[in-house]
Amino acid sequence: MAFGAFAGNAVAVDQAPRRRSKVALLLLLPGILYLVLFFLVPLVSLVITSLQAPSEFGDIGEYQTAFRWENYTTAITQYGAQILRSFVYALAATVFALLFSYPLAYFIGVKARRWPLLQNLALVLVIAPFFISFLLRTLAWKSLLSDESFVVTSLKALSLLGPDAHLTGTPAAVIFGLTYNFIPFMTLPLYASLERLDTRYLEAGGDLYAGPFTTFRKITVPLSMPGIVSGVLLTFIPAAGDYINASREFLGGSGTTMIGNVIESNFLIQLNYPAAASMSIILMAVILVLVGVYVRRSGTEDLL
Amino acid sequence: MRGLPEDPFIRRLVQQARSSQVSRRSLLATGTAGAAALALAACSTGGKAAPTAAADKSASDKTLAWDNWAAYIDEDDAGNYPTLLAFEKESGIKVTYGVNVDDNNTYYGKIKDQLALGQDTGADLACLTDWMVSRLIRLGYVQEFDLDKIPNSKNLLTSLQNPDFDPGRKKSLPWQGGFAGIAWNKEKVPNGLKSVSDLWDSSLKGRVGVLSEMRDTIGLIMLEQGVDISSDWKTDKFMDAIDVFQKQIDDGQIRNVKGNAYLEDLKSEDTLAAICWSGDITTLNAEAGDKWEFVIPEAGGTIWNDNFIVPIGSPRKSNAEELMNYYYQPEVAAEVAAWVNYITPVEGAQAAMEKIAPELVDNQLIFPNDETLATAHIFRTLTGAEESELGAAFQAILLGS
Repeated sequence: MAFGAFAGNAVAVDQAPRRRSKVALLLLLPGILYLVLFFLVPLVSLVITSLQAPSEFGDIGEYQTAFRWENYTTAITQYGAQILRSFVYALAATVFALLFSYPLAYFIGVKARRWPLLQNLALVLVIAPFFISFLLRTLAWKSLLSDESFVVTSLKALSLLGPDAHLTGTPAAVIFGLTYNFIPFMTLPLYASLERLDTRYLEAGGDLYAGPFTTFRKITVPLSMPGIVSGVLLTFIPAAGDYINASREFLGGSGTTMIGNVIESNFLIQLNYPAAASMSIILMAVILVLVGVYVRRSGTEDLL
Repeated sequence: MRGLPEDPFIRRLVQQARSSQVSRRSLLATGTAGAAALALAACSTGGKAAPTAAADKSASDKTLAWDNWAAYIDEDDAGNYPTLLAFEKESGIKVTYGVNVDDNNTYYGKIKDQLALGQDTGADLACLTDWMVSRLIRLGYVQEFDLDKIPNSKNLLTSLQNPDFDPGRKKSLPWQGGFAGIAWNKEKVPNGLKSVSDLWDSSLKGRVGVLSEMRDTIGLIMLEQGVDISSDWKTDKFMDAIDVFQKQIDDGQIRNVKGNAYLEDLKSEDTLAAICWSGDITTLNAEAGDKWEFVIPEAGGTIWNDNFIVPIGSPRKSNAEELMNYYYQPEVAAEVAAWVNYITPVEGAQAAMEKIAPELVDNQLIFPNDETLATAHIFRTLTGAEESELGAAFQAILLGS
């Protein structure tokens, strides 16, 4: 649907076989069924729910079909700050993850080529956190960053943190948590594209009197662009909708609520399903637009 | 033929599948229709008729599933539940005890669709807090007890026999109860606290935790403002308390608003004082050194009960009644109370406690006397509209701006 926007320039290059094959249709069937059942039906249901109105004389959590467009305007006016905050946090986390991951991926993919054992070991270390549940790791950070922890007491001793200051429940902790949790998703695609980097181009750059920085800017970055684009997408999209890091039970507080937490609260606690559904659709729409613009701008439509 | 799977939903599906041999074509047609129906299910309107109770199969099915909160029944070092084992032996009923209730709202979210359709939720007995039980009764989602089968229910404390949501206790029976009050870290706050206002002292800035259970946090603030929370107060009284709550959050006085996880904050000393539940502090002191003290604030605290209910679709009501009857024996109730440290609703348990743990007989958090009970108040039942409106106001603060 909206991804069609990215394919705008892609001319139909491949000449598909004209013959209609029953086998091909049959092979497609499971995929189509899957999409219909687990994407189309829920999406339709979500749109319908987002337009519902409270039923008259109904109890808490009872709604009836309607075309209540106000649900969307209410959601935006009531939770505008949280929507904006989600994207600011997600953007910050993506930038930090890119800054940390690029040197790491460059080291593993290019510098460590001579030592395959080290390369494999480093890759295992990048993936290793996945062996422990995401929730447990985030909870561990929560106690590592708590007020009486070594981190906070040392920062206070060094006067880097005020005497009354704390880390948990602050935007810094939430952005840190998002960055930490999504670093592997950034590193792996970067590694995949840097691993194929032909170092002879770099030598050629040097031969042509380009400094290391110019070589990096003109050769390495453009060649690793596919990795950067997929890494950014894999980090930004889930980070914008994440509700664990920003949750009050984990690293966040009442001042760091993201859109995911708003949806959770409306859906599970307030039983306000139309509000939750319209927020979900807003989140989806904004992500699609942002990603669409990003992909166009970075000139990598053909990568998708 | 193989045995049917345990999960009631899958069990029904399998039974349905077995009952009709279908051709591939009709299966496909059903699938398409099903997809359309699924999409349309979202359009279902509110105000449906209340579901009807399932037929009781207890005579032939000697099993029972019981959903309860964490650390809410006596447990031995091996992780067994001694009183429950004794019940199984005595009755021949096999009980599956699940620590599946973490929060009233999320538990309700999990089972409400089955309840609305009158289907088996997988639990034959669940312990939920007064206000949630009141909602379930209002919506017709629970079965009426046959009190003749629970003769021991006569042991229920008089004060708990006629709550406004269930006069005569026909559909709910208390399991354990507790107070919400204030607690503090004795090492870091040596002078202690007396009232909710003490929590707003500048020396505790950023180190105060409060409960995400609306009726406890707002209830305590309302009491501090001189409102009798059991009386028929108007919305503006509630909003006055909300204003105080909002201010303390905005000023950074309150560090965090949490459910059960507030204990972690007290332990890690992120919070030094908190609005919290009575029994938890006893357990915490036993677990992590005798560091905390609990008190009911001078202006009064809230008191609540978690109650047994039988979900409307459960086919094992008689088994559930047998279990409730067992736990309403004073000796058994005393054994549970000695472990969980919450208020037991069973008359005579105090006398029975003499034999088990005499040091607990005068513990006001387990056997409150009239004087203690006079300081504790029940948050009045809200109407459906109030639940939506007041709940939204409270959640809006939790979500910040």
